[in-house]
Amino acid sequence: MSLWALAEYAAWAVSAAILLWMLGDMLRVDRDYDEELLTSSREGEIE
Amino acid sequence: MSASMPETTADTRKISLLRVLGPGHIWALGVGIVLVGEFMGWNFAVGKGGAVGALIACWVIGILYTCVAMIDSEVTSTVAAAGGQYAQAKHIIGPLMAFNVGLYLVMAYTMLEAGDALVVGDLLASVAAQTGHVLQREPFVLLTVAVLAWLNYRGVFMTLTVNFVITAVAFLSILVFFFASAPWAGGGMLQHKALLTDLPYGWLGVLAAMHFGIWFYLGIEGTCQAAEEVRSPARSLPYGTMSGMITLLIAATLTWYVCTGLLPWEYLGRAITPLYDAAMVTGNAWLEVMLFVGTLFAAVASANGCINDASRAWFSMGRDRYLPSWFGAVHPRYRTPYRSILFLVPIAVAFAYVVPLDQVVTFSILSGLLGYTFMPVNMILFRKKWPLGSITRGYIHPFHPLPALLLLALCAMTYVAIFLGYGTQLAAMLVFYIVASAWFAFHRYRFVRRGDQFTMPWPRPKGY
Repeated sequence: MSLWALAEYAAWAVSAAILLWMLGDMLRVDRDYDEELLTSSREGEIE
Repeated sequence: MSASMPETTADTRKISLLRVLGPGHIWALGVGIVLVGEFMGWNFAVGKGGAVGALIACWVIGILYTCVAMIDSEVTSTVAAAGGQYAQAKHIIGPLMAFNVGLYLVMAYTMLEAGDALVVGDLLASVAAQTGHVLQREPFVLLTVAVLAWLNYRGVFMTLTVNFVITAVAFLSILVFFFASAPWAGGGMLQHKALLTDLPYGWLGVLAAMHFGIWFYLGIEGTCQAAEEVRSPARSLPYGTMSGMITLLIAATLTWYVCTGLLPWEYLGRAITPLYDAAMVTGNAWLEVMLFVGTLFAAVASANGCINDASRAWFSMGRDRYLPSWFGAVHPRYRTPYRSILFLVPIAVAFAYVVPLDQVVTFSILSGLLGYTFMPVNMILFRKKWPLGSITRGYIHPFHPLPALLLLALCAMTYVAIFLGYGTQLAAMLVFYIVASAWFAFHRYRFVRRGDQFTMPWPRPKGY
């Protein structure tokens, strides 16, 4: 198998890992925090 | 109840985007989105109008974008909210215009992101082809979008710091190429006397070239999307936007000068990577590598900025309930609009996989142009409803209403130019926005909390 073919498989694998991590993190955050808190940002309000 | 939030404070605590950006980040966001246009795309203007026609388009469209930057800087220095022009339209014109502007922004940036990811895939495929391997570009398109979405997910400061570095490298590669071509040495590698011709298709060709002249600057208005995350919006936004526009005018002119001195217009007008091709003509291996890296970095920086901007516009519309409020969530740790970032990933990848590059680019340009057409109307109403002195402005653009009227006239001219080559796409895009507007007006607007959407502490508009 050539280096380029390996790079193609690696690109698929890394992409899948990153997307799954983000999806998992989103589900974890959505489970652990109130929806009201997560959507509490208001335009123009400065912390 | 949240596992990590004390019960007594849950009702009073809020999560907002973080104000951590400075003028350099704003420059990196604006120039980063656009600079890829110097490395690919602008040269189709040469195919339409010849080399001189492309230069005329470059400068005329440069005037259009200077007007955009001036108008945007004034309005955004007072409407410091994520969503940029969407928030401007909401406060100054009304909800239906705001919904449309928000959609223009999301579509323009998401399609541009898809185009950038395709360019990354094509570049790597071209390198592999030189070693005799036929590379699939799909995994690298996905990898580009996934890595950049992850960066955006994890925080805006690192995202735009990375953009600053790679954009600066890409810009430097253009400067180095210009100086390496030694334009002051007559009879050097640049052959303008031999290569420049009259207008091959006359002034109609120059008009048609305006369409791709937009590619030199498309996206500079994206600086406004960072309004809610910048430390000093009134200072940083005008400073970052105007310095970005100056950078692009320099880069566009140098790019045109070097490329038209090295490549005949007939080739340049259909090249995929004109700057890289011009570097290959010099026979200098260092320049070749530098321009390859410049092209790659410019495409990555553009996709990165587009993810940032499209997600802010989508997030803002969700926060105002113009879209489901689910999209208006902020990550409690990273302080980014994480759901909007993630939601737009499959859409960008689908565009990249299904739609050809020139169509993606044209749809992006059309959405951008619709947004620019709204700006002069917005500016004239803004000055009429809130005259100078009635509210604090971080920046006041000169010669009003001349820039607004000029922008309107140049937009009208560019519509004609696009109609000449892509009339069907123009009609399809307009139908899409009309259908979306009907959905918003007759269905979605009932969910909007009408009083809550106007947040600026401004006095009542003049005449109301």
